[in-house]
Amino acid sequence: MGAYDLFRLFFPYILSGISIGGQYALIAIGYSMVYSILRLINFAHGDVFMVGGLFMVFAAATFPLWVAIPLVVFLIVLLGFTIERVAYKPLRTAPRMSVMISAIGVSYLLQNLALYFTGGLNRMYPAFPWISDTISVFGVSTRRVTVITPFLVVALVFALVWLINNTKVGIAMRAAAKDFDTAQLMGIKINSVISTTFIIGSFLAAIGSILFFTNFPAVFPAAGAMPGLKAFVAAVFGGIGSIPGAVIGGLLIGIVETVIRGADITLGPTGLGLFNRSLDIAAFSDAFTFVLLVIVLVFRPTGLFGDKPTDKV
Amino acid sequence: MKKLSVGNSISILVLIIFFVLTIVLEQFIAPTDRMNMLLVCLRQGSIFALLAVAMNLLNGFTGLFSLGHAGFMLIGATTYALFSMPLAERSIVFTWFSDSYVIRISFPEVLGNLLGGPGMIIGMLISIILAGLVTAAFAFLVGLPVLRMRSDYLAIATLGFAEIIRAIIMWQGLGPVTNAGNPLRSFTRTADLNVTIGGQTFGLITFTLAFLSAVCIFIIFLLVTSSYGRAFKAIREDEIAAEAMGINLFKHKQLSFCISSFFVGVGGALLAIFMGTVAPLQFRAAMTYEFLLIVVLGGIGSITGSIVGAMLFVFASMWWLRGLDSGTFLGLDRITIFGVNLGERVFVSGFRMVVFSVIIMCIVLFFRRGLCGDKELPYYVNKLRELIARKSKPKPEAGGADA
Amino acid sequence: MKKKMFIALTLALLMTLAACAPAAPATPAAPAADAPAAGDAAAPAADGDMPELVIGLFQPATGANGAGGRQESLGTIFANYRQPTVEIGGVMHRVRIEQVDNQSSTTHGPAAAAELVARGVHIILGSYGSAVSIASSDVFADAGLTAIGVSCTNPNVTRGNDFYFRVCFLDPFQGQVLASLASNTLNADTAYVLTLLGDDYSQGLAHFFTEQFQSLGGTVIQENFPEGTSDFSGFMTNAMNAGAGVIFAPTSAEAAALIIDSAGVAGTDIPLLAGDTWDSPQVLDAAVRSGVSVMVTTFYQEGGAPEWDAAFKEWLNANPAQLANNGGSDVIAGFTAMGYDAYMVTLDIFQRAGVPYPFDQDAIRAATWETSFYGPVAGLIEFDEHGDARRDTAFVKTVNVEEGAWEFYAAQRL
Repeated sequence: MGAYDLFRLFFPYILSGISIGGQYALIAIGYSMVYSILRLINFAHGDVFMVGGLFMVFAAATFPLWVAIPLVVFLIVLLGFTIERVAYKPLRTAPRMSVMISAIGVSYLLQNLALYFTGGLNRMYPAFPWISDTISVFGVSTRRVTVITPFLVVALVFALVWLINNTKVGIAMRAAAKDFDTAQLMGIKINSVISTTFIIGSFLAAIGSILFFTNFPAVFPAAGAMPGLKAFVAAVFGGIGSIPGAVIGGLLIGIVETVIRGADITLGPTGLGLFNRSLDIAAFSDAFTFVLLVIVLVFRPTGLFGDKPTDKV
Repeated sequence: MKKLSVGNSISILVLIIFFVLTIVLEQFIAPTDRMNMLLVCLRQGSIFALLAVAMNLLNGFTGLFSLGHAGFMLIGATTYALFSMPLAERSIVFTWFSDSYVIRISFPEVLGNLLGGPGMIIGMLISIILAGLVTAAFAFLVGLPVLRMRSDYLAIATLGFAEIIRAIIMWQGLGPVTNAGNPLRSFTRTADLNVTIGGQTFGLITFTLAFLSAVCIFIIFLLVTSSYGRAFKAIREDEIAAEAMGINLFKHKQLSFCISSFFVGVGGALLAIFMGTVAPLQFRAAMTYEFLLIVVLGGIGSITGSIVGAMLFVFASMWWLRGLDSGTFLGLDRITIFGVNLGERVFVSGFRMVVFSVIIMCIVLFFRRGLCGDKELPYYVNKLRELIARKSKPKPEAGGADA
Repeated sequence: MKKKMFIALTLALLMTLAACAPAAPATPAAPAADAPAAGDAAAPAADGDMPELVIGLFQPATGANGAGGRQESLGTIFANYRQPTVEIGGVMHRVRIEQVDNQSSTTHGPAAAAELVARGVHIILGSYGSAVSIASSDVFADAGLTAIGVSCTNPNVTRGNDFYFRVCFLDPFQGQVLASLASNTLNADTAYVLTLLGDDYSQGLAHFFTEQFQSLGGTVIQENFPEGTSDFSGFMTNAMNAGAGVIFAPTSAEAAALIIDSAGVAGTDIPLLAGDTWDSPQVLDAAVRSGVSVMVTTFYQEGGAPEWDAAFKEWLNANPAQLANNGGSDVIAGFTAMGYDAYMVTLDIFQRAGVPYPFDQDAIRAATWETSFYGPVAGLIEFDEHGDARRDTAFVKTVNVEEGAWEFYAAQRL
């Protein structure tokens, strides 16, 4: 089998892997930023992403798209901000476990609300002109959003890195992530820094939800759970607190996941013929993410680009 | 043995009355009776209580924030189902694997043939204990890498392991062993707990499930109050200080993890008996979250709290709040606000869980200590007795204190 | 000290016990407890003290099968609207429908089933989705209640359970029909079978399809997707890489919409084939939007009983809530028709059992075995030794992309 055939065989998986990985990356950044400041796994972040999809379903049915998209992004930012103020801020002095439980509670609430308002049925995401169109890339048919995603992610990440490195609020964020209490003592308004973090995270999740649901147009209450968890794993993999790390982690998980999904066909009897009967490897495409997580946590707990954690006594 | 206090003797009496009552009630409430929901909820509630207490042992008493509950429950439930399913049923259950099933022993069946009715019950008990042991063994393996991690990484890693366990059990390659995620059923179930004497059937389902859960909870209680329990609590309060005191951190964490998982496995087996079907699809992270919320509801670090929390959770979500889903709730459905009739428009499918999650959020935010804090029941009994003594009124209803 | 736990447990349990009594009336015995049926319960002839025959509708309204469950319920509720009373043993009875949402879940199913039983129903209809029917079947059997499956096609629903019957055809039959369609009509040598991991319906139908398709000389490549999968693009690529001539996907209608969408994006011209669950407005919408060729087998084809079709549509369109439960369109799904017939056969069974309120469950079950009833919509119902209706016809329909409608293809008999 020549190089071209190999390319033909694997390229479709890698293409869709890059796309879904980019969407994981956008969610992962939110996890990573919140974790680096609050040491909180914001379990509700994946559900905020799902609610973004749901808002769009309802908004697009009422408003034209040029109103609906900014409106939904604004509402999601507002939602992220509100969740932080209502569910996390009152627990700032509580043990870390309480905050995490609060996050799980918010996730439970958002999913149940979604269940209630959708009547428990899948809602079809509206098709956007242009980005939903089907195009052909090197002979592989896909949606335009697949190709746009990686570029958009890179652009957003550059903007975000610039923001963090060069603006006052960015410096405050880095200070808070380094040492929460000292930063507070130095006169940093810690609450507004945290709110900004949640606003940025939610904004990226809203963009991510538009890209994700355009590609996979069904919104259901649990739609955010799995992508959310995977995005968190991506953040851990890349090194929590590191934005480029989150992006690389997201892309890697996205690609490996889709490649595993196709492994039975590409490596099995119908492909390269490495084994001669179906091994049902595809069933592990989700679990693989967690295997990766455990491996990273055991051998390199700081991830690829993470700082060394400081154990405070 | 110390002399029993008045409160304790009364409580033991009450306990006996309770178990007698579960037996008596079950003889008079037919499955078609409206009050049968009471029995159903008591059954599920006792199992949930055990599962919540087992989680509390880990999360509340040892301070290990583990989210692997659903995965371990699945191991327990699957093991129980596989070792208690009559051989004749297996060819139906394993239909899609054309009779190539691997496990070909059913303890209740083997012992039932040998010893009759009691043998079957012993067989079920063996299967239940085996479920616990298998789960504990898996927990030991999972614990090796996981328990060395920091608190929040531990949470996400155990959550990940629960998903990995589910994926393995659902793997087609293991189909002949586990049925690859297709529901297991037709194993010994609740109806097998009934005893037939002279053509007359006595319902003992509620009693048996509640009693088995009670025994397990009692064992956990003994553990928590032992020197091991004090070591667990020391780890919870401050790992570094605990280590300085000479507590072997990893050994004790591993011990707590395995014991907790043993009872989670037993709870999973009981849940399998209760449900009659084991469908791996359902053992997802959401299930773990539910138990976590029960523990929080009752109070982290209180066994009493977990039991009360589990009962409230089951009774509320399965029974009392059902009306919120189907249009009738305490007459509130007749109210119309802004032209919207609550019964027709608001109280539709799903509203129950919304109300429920709002209540839970309120507890998480405003009653951070849960219903019972970290106190156990005798504390409240004593408070109640003080209160009675002060007001010198004749005895009010027991248990009103913390409901 | 060691007794603390006993006390703790006891009092906690007692508290809940004590708290139960006042809460009991919260679940009312009064009619009109079923939200989707609102407005129908108070139909004609409600003269006071008429005894009630309560039919328990055990259907999902939420979850993966929620949409299908709602559509199936509509058929039964419509039947109740058309025939709200029945004469049994010389006494007129009002028929009331009691609904519980089983959430398409094998975990919540048994609890919902127990709830339904506790509401004092006299017979059970449902559920859409074989897995939840199987999981809950013992609850009904333990209560001694007869249950009639409406569209659950997996053979294991009725096997080993004398209390469960069903009015639809079975998967071995459906699988055979589908396999011969794939092999003979679509001329496929290789079938790519995509199933939901751990779902009885999905795995079962795939199993019977595979058996037949292989015996017809075809090759089957089966892959599973885990529940909650959004991204089917990889699976579509797999199907194309495997050189499949047909994609057979016995899944829920919810997953179907995503699968069809992915197929459309992948630009494949491989036809999609599926069973009864795909007879849904969601599938129709997705197929029309994506321009993919879809072929399904179902229980009933619109136009088979034109008068009934017209009456049902009139009733459906009169109430926006009902229309919403049918997926927003008035296209009639096969299982809606089955829901209607199941109600009618139920009344027939009670009439033949002949015992008026409070009924005799043994007589009902005996009468059920001897059913020979001509369903007004989908035809003759007679039960075999397992309690399954003897059905020998499956209707095949395809999506007409230009007209945006289902098109009758053939009635398949074996």
